[in-house]
Amino acid sequence: MFHSLGRYILLLRLSFRKPEKFNVYLAEVMREMVSVGVGSLGIIAVISVFIGAAVTIQTAFQLINPIIPKSVVGSISRDSTILEFSPTISALVLAGRVGSSMASQIGTMRVTEQIDALEIMGVNAPGYLISPKIIAGVTMIPLLVIVSVLLGFAGGYIACSVSAEVTTSDFLTGLTDGFNPVIVTVCLLKSIVFGFIITSICSYQGFYTSGGALEVGQSATKGVVYSCVMILFFDLVISRLLL
Amino acid sequence: MIEIKNIHKTFGDNDVLKGISGKFKPGKNNLIIGGSGSGKTTLLKCIVGLHEPTKGDVIFDGQNFTEMDFEQRVPIRTHIGMLFQNSALFDSMTVEENIMFPLNLFTKQSHAEKLDRANFCLERVNLAGKNKLYPAELSGGMKKRVGIARAISMQPKYLFVDEPNSGLDPKTSILIDDLINELTEEYQMTTVIVTHDMNSVMGIGDHIIFLHDGQKWWEGTNHEIAHTDNKELNDFVFASKFMRAAKARL
Repeated sequence: MFHSLGRYILLLRLSFRKPEKFNVYLAEVMREMVSVGVGSLGIIAVISVFIGAAVTIQTAFQLINPIIPKSVVGSISRDSTILEFSPTISALVLAGRVGSSMASQIGTMRVTEQIDALEIMGVNAPGYLISPKIIAGVTMIPLLVIVSVLLGFAGGYIACSVSAEVTTSDFLTGLTDGFNPVIVTVCLLKSIVFGFIITSICSYQGFYTSGGALEVGQSATKGVVYSCVMILFFDLVISRLLL
Repeated sequence: MIEIKNIHKTFGDNDVLKGISGKFKPGKNNLIIGGSGSGKTTLLKCIVGLHEPTKGDVIFDGQNFTEMDFEQRVPIRTHIGMLFQNSALFDSMTVEENIMFPLNLFTKQSHAEKLDRANFCLERVNLAGKNKLYPAELSGGMKKRVGIARAISMQPKYLFVDEPNSGLDPKTSILIDDLINELTEEYQMTTVIVTHDMNSVMGIGDHIIFLHDGQKWWEGTNHEIAHTDNKELNDFVFASKFMRAAKARL
């Protein structure tokens, strides 16, 4: 475990060495941003609407009581969506979509000697392959989480409009009642950390792949599993420290 | 010139290379031959720095490559071209982008100049007009030729080739060998080829090192190889009935 941790830290250090040519790296960063951001927008939109609706329905089911104002459903849905469901569930889904793709892409490059070809040319392979992915992860995943939060609210609104328990006006009132901006800070911090975890762990697993097609698949699986575990661990750590 | 001195390489308890020394001269095809598991690819990887030798030195024109760190190696690496066994072309890039890749990173040429160079390299390997194809759209022989075009794009002083004929039909193999031979003479490159293809050995082997059990077992030229009395080398070179019959006719 300590060997892997040391190797992971060394790889990250290599990844952020001065680029050979800034323009070439910038083009890679842009390409990765499109792949992570635009490429994941569809799946994030779909799950966010469903999660927002489900959270609202379940909260309403538990809180429908004559002595509790119905707008509380909106407030709880808002806080749950911003603090937990949007950043964490989105990150877990992105670990599967983006992380596995990164691990298998880099792993395939390793087993087909494309990384060796980069090194022979004098290119800092970790820097060229991994740093654009990490930069794309820590910039695009927070943006995706913001989209996810907004669509989660939309999902909640739709759920209220088709159910009889809570009206849409109660839901909207609840969304604005007692809003504490610190939860947005926590949400964004989580999404940045999760973006780093997904891209760095999956890139690490891909970079140290050896063997063939079977090992590439195993690296992708390990990348996703370790990312998910670390996402949930840091979810706990950040929540404990900041709330 | 490349000089290797007493190269050892150990993986765990397995001594793959056991003190190999030799010199590879410019303008010559230097072949490293040997049976499977003899250590020839490991030696090639030690020379180019993909593996660090456990002991010994690799010297490129008087500069000790093994003592250098990554940054110090970059100027030498820009003079190295390598053709990999499976070509190792970047899948996500077109043929043209593959060839222009090292130019983009290590030169200050304009796009037009880089494009001219890519077209020249493609013409040189008889693939003019294939610029926009992706590696997945190329045959094995074409991939090798694109690999050669990428390797020579920076006008290297040293060319390393790992199993250039693997997976190719005999006619294409000869075309690739001839191309490497022509380029070596034309650019006076120090070319090091790892192979176990006997057509290559006999056709372009200006200088041959035979590895056996991780050691240098024999060294000579393609003219000398037919008359050697080295048992292991004879067993390797004349393993087939065809080669034994050819030797008998000499």
